[in-house]
Amino acid sequence: MDLSRLEEILDSKGSETFAIMEVLQDVQEAYRYISEEAIVRISERLDVPVIEVFRLANFYKAFSLTPRGRHLITVCAGTACHVQGAPRLLDTVLALLNTKPGETTADGAFTVETVNCLGACALAPVVVIDGKYYDHMTPGKVRALLEDIRFEDELAEDEDEEEVEAEANA
Amino acid sequence: MPELDSIASLEARREEVAFTLARYRTVVTMCGGTACQACGCQPVARAMTREVMAQGLEETVYVRTTGCHGFCEQGPLVIIDPGGIVYVHVTPEDVPEIVAQTIRKGKVIERLSYTDPVSDKTVQAEDEIPFYTRQKRLLLGENRHIAPRDIDDYIARGGYSALAKALDSMTPEAVVEEIERSGLQGRGGGGYPTGKKWRQCRNASGDARYVICNADEGDPGDYMDRSLLEGNPHSIIEGMIIGAFAVGARHGYIYVRKEYPLAVVNAGVAIRQAQALRLLGEDILGTGFDFDIQVVRGGGAFVCGESTALMASLEGKVGEPRPKDIHTVERGYLGQPTVLNNVETWANVPSIIRHGADWFASQGTERSKGTKIFALTGQVKNTGLIEVEMGTTLREIIYDIGGGPKNGREIKAVQTGGPSGGCLPTSQFDLPVDFDALYEAGSMMGSGGMVVMDDSSCMVDVAKYFLAFLQDESCGKCTPCRLGVGRLLEIVTDISEGRGSLDQLDLLEDLSWTISVASLCALGKTAPNPVLSTLKYFRDEYLDHIENKRCAAGVCRALIRLVIDSTLCDRCGKCIANCPHKAITGSRDTSYAIDDELCTRCRICADACEQHAILVR
Ligand SMILES: Cc1cc2nc3c(=O)[nH]c(=O)nc-3n(C[C@H](O)[C@H](O)[C@H](O)COP(=O)(O)O)c2cc1C
Repeated sequence: MDLSRLEEILDSKGSETFAIMEVLQDVQEAYRYISEEAIVRISERLDVPVIEVFRLANFYKAFSLTPRGRHLITVCAGTACHVQGAPRLLDTVLALLNTKPGETTADGAFTVETVNCLGACALAPVVVIDGKYYDHMTPGKVRALLEDIRFEDELAEDEDEEEVEAEANA
Repeated sequence: MPELDSIASLEARREEVAFTLARYRTVVTMCGGTACQACGCQPVARAMTREVMAQGLEETVYVRTTGCHGFCEQGPLVIIDPGGIVYVHVTPEDVPEIVAQTIRKGKVIERLSYTDPVSDKTVQAEDEIPFYTRQKRLLLGENRHIAPRDIDDYIARGGYSALAKALDSMTPEAVVEEIERSGLQGRGGGGYPTGKKWRQCRNASGDARYVICNADEGDPGDYMDRSLLEGNPHSIIEGMIIGAFAVGARHGYIYVRKEYPLAVVNAGVAIRQAQALRLLGEDILGTGFDFDIQVVRGGGAFVCGESTALMASLEGKVGEPRPKDIHTVERGYLGQPTVLNNVETWANVPSIIRHGADWFASQGTERSKGTKIFALTGQVKNTGLIEVEMGTTLREIIYDIGGGPKNGREIKAVQTGGPSGGCLPTSQFDLPVDFDALYEAGSMMGSGGMVVMDDSSCMVDVAKYFLAFLQDESCGKCTPCRLGVGRLLEIVTDISEGRGSLDQLDLLEDLSWTISVASLCALGKTAPNPVLSTLKYFRDEYLDHIENKRCAAGVCRALIRLVIDSTLCDRCGKCIANCPHKAITGSRDTSYAIDDELCTRCRICADACEQHAILVR
């Protein structure tokens, strides 16, 4: 694991009481999870016991202790989304990807999460895939989106392979 | 940018900005809130800027992207002034026509106008849309005139004049008095009198004082705080500076949910612009007053919206509440006197100082003053953010502004106050929105979520939903909340899955009482409300689940089955192809059937079926 970004984050941290929270937020953003190495290093640099860093990383929903997939699928479970069918959307996604909320698929491609509310209630139900919001979703539409992503990933893989082959031939 | 080193220089800048804006003949306003962005407003905005340049109109046409206007369902929105001609669901392809017809010739393009779902008539001007006409948009209305990342827009609208007035001609004591007299109550849920809170903080002894803006907005179904912070960040900053002046604080924090990336950025940009103009920092407006603000990203825990937990989180600790025998106005952040107010509360402060306490207090009811923003969502025709005068009835909001039920169904309840609130039946719809009236009816104003439910919602399921939410979000520090809410959830789950018994209803009430009196913070204290209010007003639904094992709304999955109506089914195979659980069998020649064991009642098949042959039993 490349820890240089972590060192940069630690170097630029402020002196406020909440600096540790900011560091964890930035680490989460940079690495998409808080690794064991990161926890130990943050503990050393900030002079906070490992258990405290772990406790923070474990308590707050914004932090994840396991690596995320390449694609992050967030199903909004806010009230407006709930009464308009979010549970069925979540089930569809989980069934199609054969995974559980908060977990990553075995191939490392997808992580499925729920969020309590995205504040886009007028568009309910909402699903966010890789940062893009999809409004008024139905199980059928989600299914189509997932298939598109899979298809694009396969295309990209094929291209990669072709490149490797081309290089080998050259 | 030249610094504003005196109040006169602020006024000079205001004149200069007004002069610049007056040059433009036409102003094109586009909504760029989170919801409109989700609907694709950014490509429309880019197309508009490009088209205006291409037609050589940039000298006379001003294009402005603003925060949320509240009418999220109709986005992307485009408004053309003067005249306030409004277009809904605009795409980039529509832009050349808008520029050629409406901007150049003043012609309205009917096809892009809004059609009122109630009267079925098209409406051309923004101020004639029924959704807006019944509202009183003192706070939200400003969003439409302001590009959130342009401080000059805010200044042009009279921004920072309240701050100038407070610093120039009022003592801190007079500011506190003005807020007290206005009757402003906290908009974050509790409704605590803001002036009283400020006075307590001012009178408390300490080495330093802090002001904090609570933008954690954890209630599912709420987004008014996000829209204010995203769309008009300077109004909150100005409110906070005035509050800091009143209580004597030098540092302020905006604690904002990380799930609101646009709000985080816009608040940060606004702070930097205010600093550059010396509206924040040292010697504000040359008056010798020092104050600065920082944005802090929340860690995504619902309980961190609670005042003591929020301050613990700011201190870099786990966000657990503490007992409030000593209030945070005396010992808050870092043990010092601290004022914590909600975003909407702060946003009300500048206009109170500008127009006076009497002006503010003349609006609303005897006991609740001013306006309140609600997120009107769920099963009504018009959803979005609305702002009404206190005292407006639920019925006016749901039927006149919301346009009534969708899809010809019947409305049966409205949920107010989020997880701490309750569900009110139609018989209570003549209640006014007022802190006390809603509380007395068994719900809460809360921070302003209003989710309308029709007969396709099951009230047992709604209670279960909130309990699951609260159990997940309980920090676990105190036993009544940690264990009690979990037990409530188990019981309601039993009922929703057909294992309920009548004596469980008494148990629910008993346990609710214990949790509400024994929990440490308001999360636990109010956690039973969704159960108690549904039990009070929708007891027959609980009885139906228990005695008849029936969920009339067809929501509770253990109590429903999906069946295929062979008279409607044309054996097209779509359901078989779509079922993720391979639960449907049949072919061209044999009739279709659903295997109950494999079926999870997800209803993907029903969505896919064009014949509507899949029925819920
Ligand atoms: C569990 C819990 C969550 C809360 N969440 C929020 C919130 O997201 N935003 C908010 O302004 N107040 C929230 N509050 C209320 C705050 O504790 C506090 O009363 C409020 O921020 C004070 O500001 P006000 O007087 O301006 O309303 C919450 C309270 C509890 C118990």
